[in-house]
Amino acid sequence: MTAPARDTNLDRIWEVLNEIQDPEIPVLSLVDLGIVRGVDLEGDSVTVRLAPTFAGCPALHVMQQAVRDRLHGLGFTDVKVETVLDPPWTTDDLSPAAREKLRGFGLAPPRRPAAEAALRLEDPVACPHCGSLETDLKNAFGSTACRTIRYCRSCQQPFEGFKPI
Amino acid sequence: MNDEMRRPAAAYVLSLGDDEMILSHRDSEWTGHAPILEEDIAFANIALDEMGHALLWYRLHAELVGEDPEVYPDRLVYQRKPADFRNTPLVEGPKGDWARSILRQFLFDSAELVRLAELGQSTHAPLAAVARKILTEERYHDRHTRAWVRRLGLGTDESRRRMQLALEDLWPFVPDLMAPRPEEEPLVAEGICPPAEVVRMSWEADVIPTLQAAGLRLPAETVPSRFDRFHHTPHLDELLAELQSVARLEPSEAVW
Repeated sequence: MTAPARDTNLDRIWEVLNEIQDPEIPVLSLVDLGIVRGVDLEGDSVTVRLAPTFAGCPALHVMQQAVRDRLHGLGFTDVKVETVLDPPWTTDDLSPAAREKLRGFGLAPPRRPAAEAALRLEDPVACPHCGSLETDLKNAFGSTACRTIRYCRSCQQPFEGFKPI
Repeated sequence: MNDEMRRPAAAYVLSLGDDEMILSHRDSEWTGHAPILEEDIAFANIALDEMGHALLWYRLHAELVGEDPEVYPDRLVYQRKPADFRNTPLVEGPKGDWARSILRQFLFDSAELVRLAELGQSTHAPLAAVARKILTEERYHDRHTRAWVRRLGLGTDESRRRMQLALEDLWPFVPDLMAPRPEEEPLVAEGICPPAEVVRMSWEADVIPTLQAAGLRLPAETVPSRFDRFHHTPHLDELLAELQSVARLEPSEAVW
C-alpha cells in the first residue's frame, strides 16, 4: 500500500470515530470525549486504543462494538479495540467543542482542572439554560455514572452537570 | 513482572476485585428501596461504579494468569463456587438497615481510598494504572458516605442508635478487612503492593476520629469475626445463589 492511500485510510478511520456517538450523550462523539488514544493501521488491520471514561459505564461496550462494526463496514477485516488506562481519562480530556455541545444539550460542562473540581463539587457551575451561577448541588450522583443533579435558583429549573473526574 | 510474582499478584488482585463485586451486589439491593429518591440514585450509581472497578481488577487478574480479559471476568463472577471467592466477609453480609449499609460502605471506601493511593505507586505499572483510575471515582463514594455517617450519627436519637448498633455489628469484621493477605509478603518486598499494616495505620488515624466526631462509641473489646477471605459466612452462598441463578441453570449456554 502506498503512503497516500494509507493516509487516506487513516483519515477515514478518524472521520468514523468522530461520527460514533456516546449513546448516553448523543451530542458527543468518541473524538469529542477525548477517549481515542491512538489508531494503528497495518494493511487491513486496525487497532483503536480507547480510554474508558467511568469504569462501570455501560456505554463503553456499546461504543467499542460500534467501532468494530463501523470499521468492518469500511472494509477492514481485522479490527481490534484495546483498553488504555494509563494515564486515566479525565474530564479535562473533553475537547473545547465537546464542552460547548454539552451546554447546548442542557448538561453543564465540568469545571477545569478536574482534580480540583472533584474536590469542590459543591462550587456552583453555570446553569446551562440561563447562565446564572446561582446554582446548588443537589446530588453528587445522577441518572448516569457521569452526571450530578443541580438546581438553578435564577430560572428555578433542575439541571444535570457532567461530573468532573 | 517476573514469573514468581505473577501468582501472588494474581491472588492479590482477585481479592480486590471480589471485594468490589460482592459489595456492588449488596449495594444494588437498595435500588428501588432506599429511604429517599436521591439515595436510591446514589446507591445505584455506587453499585455500578464498584462493578466497574471489579471488572478492571478481574481484567488485570486475567492478564496475570494468562486468560482472555474480555471473557474471563464473566467466568470469575458466574462460574466460581462460593468457597473460591476471596472477598472479605464485611462486604458479603446482608444490606441491613440504611445505617448499616452506609457505615459498611464508609468503612470500605475509606480503606479503599488509602489502599488505592498506595497502589497508585505500585512498581507493577498496569496495577498502578488501575488503582489511579479507580481512585478518581472512589473519592466520590468516600465523600458521600462520610457525610452520611455524620448526618446519621449526629441526627436524631433513633439514627444514632441505629448507627451505634451497626458499628457494633460490623466492627468484628474490620480486622479481616485490614489484615495482610497471605500472598502479601513477596509483593511488598517488590514494591507491588503496600504492607497492610501501613494501610491500617493511615486508615485508623482517619476513621476512628471521624466515627467519634459523629458521636459514635468504638466497641471497647471486640472479638474478631472467625470468618475471613477463605472462610465465608453463609450470606455469601445466599448472595451467589441469586447472582449466579441464571448461569447455574444454563452453565454451558448462558452468554453474557
